[in-house]
Amino acid sequence: MAITLISTVSVGAGGASSIDFNSIPGTYTDLLLEISVRSSSTTDSMGIRFNSNGSSYSMRRLIGLGSGTPFSDAPSQPTIYVGDYPGTGQTANTFGNFQVYMPNYSGSTYKSVSVDAVSENNATAAVQGLAAGLWSNTSAITSISLLRIDGASPSIAQYSTASLYGVTKGSSGGVTVA
Amino acid sequence: MSETLTKIVVDCSTGEQTIVPLTAEEIAQREADATAYAEAKAIADAEAAAKATAKASAISKLGALGLSDAEIAALTA
Repeated sequence: MAITLISTVSVGAGGASSIDFNSIPGTYTDLLLEISVRSSSTTDSMGIRFNSNGSSYSMRRLIGLGSGTPFSDAPSQPTIYVGDYPGTGQTANTFGNFQVYMPNYSGSTYKSVSVDAVSENNATAAVQGLAAGLWSNTSAITSISLLRIDGASPSIAQYSTASLYGVTKGSSGGVTVA
Repeated sequence: MSETLTKIVVDCSTGEQTIVPLTAEEIAQREADATAYAEAKAIADAEAAAKATAKASAISKLGALGLSDAEIAALTA
C-alpha cells in the first residue's frame, strides 16, 4: 500500500466558507482525507459533499460526549457528517480533528465513507464520533467540498488544514488482498 | 456592509489553490439546504419527543397496574 499526498490546504487569515478539492484524479484505489479545523464562530458540525451533489446521503453515527448521554442516530442531511469542531465557546487554539476514508471512490458502485473524529476542548464538554456514511450515487468522486453538516457555509478559522491523500493498493511491496 | 463569503478551491490536477467569492447561486443553495435540514430535524426531534413521552406514559400505567420497577424494566429493556 502507498499513501500519496494529493494536496493540502492551510486556511489563511481571512478564514473560509468552504474548502473544495476539485479535479481529483481517478488513479488511486481509495481516498483519505485528514481534517483539522476550528470555527471562527460557534462550535459546529462539519460535513462533506461529493461532486457538488446535495442529495442521496445516508449515515449512522455514534457520538460520545464529555458530559451528557452518548447517543447514536441516523440523521438525514445534504452532506455526510465528518465531525464536530470547536469555536469561540471552547478552549482557544483547539481544533476538531477528523479522518475520513473513502474506498473505491472512482468505481461505479455506491460510495461508502468511514469517519472517526474528536473535538478538542480543555473542559468537560468534548465530542468524539464514529460514523459510517453512504452516497447512493454511482458516479466517480471527482470533487469533495467541506461544508457545514446542513449544507450551509461554515466559518472555518485561520490555521485550519485539510489534506487529501490517494491510497494505492500493493504498490510498495505490501500485500494486496483480491 | 456584509462580509464576502469565500471558498478555497484546490485544483488537484495542478495543485493550484485559489480563494474565490461564493456566487449568489451558491449562497442561495446553501441557505436553502440549511432551511431544509432545520425543518427535517425539527420533525425528527418532535417524533423522538413524542415517542419518549409515550414511553413514559406507558411505564406510568404499568406501575399503576401493579407491576414492580424490576418487572417494568424487564419489559422495556
